[in-house]
Amino acid sequence: MSRRPGFLVYGLLLAFVLGSAAPLYWSFLLGSHTAQVAAQGVPPLLPGGHFLDNAQRVLDTVPFWKALGNSLLVSSVTAASVVFFCTLAGYAFAKLRFRGSVPLLVFVVATMAVPTQLGVVPMFILMSEFGWTGSIWAVMVPWLVTAFGVFFMRQYLVDAVPDELIEAARIDGCSQIRVFWHVAAPAARPAAAVLWLFTFMQVWTDFFWPLIALPHENPTIQVALNQLQSGFFKDYSLVLAGTTLATIPLLVLFVVAGRQLVSGIMQGAVKG
Amino acid sequence: MKIDGGDTDTPRVSPPSASSTPTPADVPVRPTLRQRLAAWDVRLSPYLYISPFFILFALVGLFPLAYTAYVSVHDWSLLGGQGDFVGLQNYREVLENPYFVKQLVNTISIFLLSSLPQVVIAVTLAALLDSQLRGRTWWRMSVLLPFVVSPVAVAIIFGSVFGDRYGLVNELLGAIGIDAIPWHTDRFASHVAIATMVNWRWTGYNALIFLAAMQAVPRDLYESAELDGAGRVRQFLSVTLPMIRPVMVFVIITSTIGGLQIFAEPRLFDETTARNGGPDRQFGTITMLVYDFGWQLRDLGRASATAWMLFILICVFALLNYYVIRRIGLLGGDDR
Repeated sequence: MSRRPGFLVYGLLLAFVLGSAAPLYWSFLLGSHTAQVAAQGVPPLLPGGHFLDNAQRVLDTVPFWKALGNSLLVSSVTAASVVFFCTLAGYAFAKLRFRGSVPLLVFVVATMAVPTQLGVVPMFILMSEFGWTGSIWAVMVPWLVTAFGVFFMRQYLVDAVPDELIEAARIDGCSQIRVFWHVAAPAARPAAAVLWLFTFMQVWTDFFWPLIALPHENPTIQVALNQLQSGFFKDYSLVLAGTTLATIPLLVLFVVAGRQLVSGIMQGAVKG
Repeated sequence: MKIDGGDTDTPRVSPPSASSTPTPADVPVRPTLRQRLAAWDVRLSPYLYISPFFILFALVGLFPLAYTAYVSVHDWSLLGGQGDFVGLQNYREVLENPYFVKQLVNTISIFLLSSLPQVVIAVTLAALLDSQLRGRTWWRMSVLLPFVVSPVAVAIIFGSVFGDRYGLVNELLGAIGIDAIPWHTDRFASHVAIATMVNWRWTGYNALIFLAAMQAVPRDLYESAELDGAGRVRQFLSVTLPMIRPVMVFVIITSTIGGLQIFAEPRLFDETTARNGGPDRQFGTITMLVYDFGWQLRDLGRASATAWMLFILICVFALLNYYVIRRIGLLGGDDR
């Protein structure tokens, strides 16, 4: 409803946004005080000067840099793989006519409803057979393609690439693969960027499978946080400094690409 | 411009494209190699493009599903591998395990506490965002902020915020004269705390989906409602809500699939070293039971059986949701 909103609307929104930001501030706040201060309940509401000390203790306690590198590698490689394979398949479903395309697409959409965790046991057995348990490859494999990716790219490409353009390119003598590469792929770029972002975040925040597949000394960032928190005596200044550190990369991504993320979520909603 | 060009092009170039698939009556000459290659290109390319996806998908998506069923009817130890076929023995053992029912109830309780308030708040938030705000993009991005925090980080932060002795929430409650709540030990309180984590992370995300749906509502519907004398609230109830119902189905079903699998939040909320959802498993969930059976008790057979039952639970809830929403939808349709 397009009306000029009043103070009440701004006030409620502001309250919601403060509520969204407060837990992150709390994390940084406790992470910036000494262990003694953090253990005694609500600290002074201004950050203390011990964040870097606590961060150093995080680095001494868990293999943080290794975890960060692992998470970056796994998330970006799988996101690239999802974008490539799902754009290719999504294009075929959106624009090419072939026998079985409708049932196959329905099948892909149906599997989106199947929980990923249902497959952990066989995935673990499979990775053991390949001898990949404990290695970073084991974490990548389940994410190489997603049903959501195909569906998302198909929905976008149906409208983004006019049929006339494809026909014109075909008539000019383009082979199918050149039509894909020179007509469809450039048109798919905005959706591909959103899909990349989504997959990156999904893999980055995934916990269940990396917890099973990776050993203590070769963790992803989520598994490293889990180790940090599992100490017998809970030192919240240490744990929350680590949590803050681990959240920074995605915050940076959010600042850089938040706009695309918002428009991607909103586009997916109307078409989905 | 482009469309004009396309239209004038079509008649000029359609004859050669028709001749690339010659009928016997048309041309008696065999098609040239080039033409046959082009025909094969058209026919095979789609399969070529979808096959990498389907091959990988079969390996990482379909095979695990089917194989879980196979593992669940065998004795199967984490270290020793496949044992004897045992039929439904694993399922029986899981069902007889006292923790199964308890963790099933926990899962459903946490799910209900997180999904119902979340949809209400998200729709309200979307209605607030669906106006001519100054700095529109900034507000939209701001409500999405919690989405970039991983569930593990959310659980650690809220574990501290909901601390039993010195947590922020209890300190605030104390300031207004309410006794401290044992967030970790009390069963219902722990469910509320965990549901709060889920709500915090997902409400803004779902609000954006609702916002998109609201903006797709044709504006003239509001105009005619206004002419009929409907106030803002009435317009929201009689125009906006019915129009966004399909998106609501989508949001509720996806949050059912995600919500019933909850794992990271309850696992990291537990401050004891066992990490099974509290000393009495008062906030343990079904997925935590899968982990417990498989990787703590090292029994992959029972872990698979539990995973299958989780799958069935999700299907039942998704269908139930769909049915309930359709019923409400029908009633709403009669009303108009």
